[in-house]
Amino acid sequence: MREVAIVAFAQSDHLRTTDELSEVDMVMPVLHQVLAQTGLKTSDIGFTCSGSSDYLAGRAFSFTMTLDGVGAWPPISESHVEMDGAWAMYEAWVKLLTGEVDTALVYSYGKSSPGSVRDVLTRQLDPYYVAPLWPDSVALAALQAQALIDAGETDEPALAGIAARSRESASANSHAQVKGSVPQGDYEVQPLRKGDCPPVGDGAVAVILAAGDKARELCERPAWIRGMDHRIEAHSLGVRDLTDSPSTRLAAERAGAFERPVDTAELHAPFTSQEVVLRKALQLADDVTVNPSGGALAANPIMAAGLLRIGEAAARIHRGESDRALAHATSGPCLQQNLVAVLEGDAR
Amino acid sequence: MPEVLKAPLVVEFPFTRSLGPVQSAFLTGLRERTVLGVKTTDGLVMVPPVEYDPVTADELRDLVEVEPTGTVTTWAWNPEPRRGQPLDTPFAWVLVKLDGADTGLLHALDAAGPDAVTTGMRVRVRWAAERTGAITDIACFEPYEGAAAHTEPTAHDGQFDDAVSGIVAAARLDYVYSPGRAQTAYINALADRRTVGERCPSCRKVYVPPRGACPTCGVATTDRVEVGPAGTVTTFCIVNVKAKNLDIELPYVYAHIALDGADLALHGRIAGIPYDQVRMGLRVEPVWTEGGRYPDHYRPTGEPDADYDTYKELV
Ligand SMILES: [Zn+2]
Repeated sequence: MREVAIVAFAQSDHLRTTDELSEVDMVMPVLHQVLAQTGLKTSDIGFTCSGSSDYLAGRAFSFTMTLDGVGAWPPISESHVEMDGAWAMYEAWVKLLTGEVDTALVYSYGKSSPGSVRDVLTRQLDPYYVAPLWPDSVALAALQAQALIDAGETDEPALAGIAARSRESASANSHAQVKGSVPQGDYEVQPLRKGDCPPVGDGAVAVILAAGDKARELCERPAWIRGMDHRIEAHSLGVRDLTDSPSTRLAAERAGAFERPVDTAELHAPFTSQEVVLRKALQLADDVTVNPSGGALAANPIMAAGLLRIGEAAARIHRGESDRALAHATSGPCLQQNLVAVLEGDAR
Repeated sequence: MPEVLKAPLVVEFPFTRSLGPVQSAFLTGLRERTVLGVKTTDGLVMVPPVEYDPVTADELRDLVEVEPTGTVTTWAWNPEPRRGQPLDTPFAWVLVKLDGADTGLLHALDAAGPDAVTTGMRVRVRWAAERTGAITDIACFEPYEGAAAHTEPTAHDGQFDDAVSGIVAAARLDYVYSPGRAQTAYINALADRRTVGERCPSCRKVYVPPRGACPTCGVATTDRVEVGPAGTVTTFCIVNVKAKNLDIELPYVYAHIALDGADLALHGRIAGIPYDQVRMGLRVEPVWTEGGRYPDHYRPTGEPDADYDTYKELV
């Protein structure tokens, strides 16, 4: 099979609000950065794919506005997923594997500040039995957290520890929104406190993929994608064992994650309790560096936070800080859908 | 930098959704204070019921009636109810396994406080006073002292008089919309009866209205340029359908107009000339109404028509 790698990664600063910026204003600098890293021009890119959500923007076909920032005229080969950019990257990876193109630009963004994320995310739920009750994203995560506590898999101090470790790691991440020592605060929805929940914010991310020799030409140490897979749980929350994530485990298995240990894991766990579920599903050893970027607890631009995890993992390989990394992205309530990518640098 | 414009934006839809046979039976059942589940291929009873088995994808139609009492399998205390949620006083979100069911139903539990809720506690349905055939026919759950009934769920034919065949799922989301820097400048200038575009620093094209980026070069357009006021009709159509709440006599002409100095045509209505005399190349100018923040329409300037070659790139 064709070898495909991530050769460039860039992200915006993640901020609570970016009133003065339209979506294209927010995305364009990030696109320019990844292109500059590789020396590629828009016209050199074989395929472009993006991820975002109209429900965050509050208007239809909102992604077409950011296409201006890509330079979409004359016409380019382009696609969009109404989902986290990690799934856009999956589409681009498949496109490169077919041999049709040698390079791809993948970007995603979320501008949550105009609306209320907790309310907006209720609209992705089952419209017959669940959405009419308006259970918000924090409430559903709290149900999962309580199930974990009842099962003896964690407790509130352990969750606080995950929050503290994540924000401490984020101190070294200049783009992060919440970093350093942050009080756990009051219950948002018990048993989750403010500190157990991700910040709401705006941000953008972009990566460039390239195949084979092209990747070696564009990047000193490409982050080779050894495998990538995504899986979904049964639709109804009441059918699932909320303390486990069989879809993450299966995606990881299919991506080859269990063939050899990884040294780094970037996990998309917007809530502290979800890191507990993911660590178990992925059978991560204690010596694995988890979320050195601070993860989604430090910055969670909806639709970009998953691709951010993949980009952060790739960047560690580019810098020589990791040889084999796992990146995970999630979408939907209580880890509904999960994507796992395994990245490796060339042996040194 | 002047402040960007902001305005409330409400997105509201009464989504009408049709129901399949199992969903229809379940929701009609709630209206009649009867809770139905469906048997999966493995013999489990799913409440709420689905029409296809989540494991085997087999079609499921085997309905059974379960009890309106059950056991909490997990919960979360919600100290500040949000708009649309089942109760407007603090409550617990719960997953409840109803007696006779093997899966959990998500709903609200009316309890005194978090100390009054535990996993494993017994609860029962509190029915809404007015029921229409919707999940909200269960007003919420309430604490219940009785032990679990260990009877097998009884088969049910799912037949009710006047079964509901659809639901209206009202959705409302509130935003504060900001059009960003480029469009703020455009809108503010229009209120001043001026039209401004932005020039691409790379290809020199002037975009009106500006969106902040050049779609050809993929770079920010920051160089502000005043265009117009007059322009040329590049193409047009004759509208014979009246839009709701629009007080314009039919038929009217809707046109693409290339303002002088702009490299992109914008659209507007043409008036002050019989609709069947509008033509490509017609020279027009904007007309503002008293207090209007944007041109109401465009009217002929009386100049000779523009030569096709001067606007053919913009058609
Ligand atoms: Zn240009």
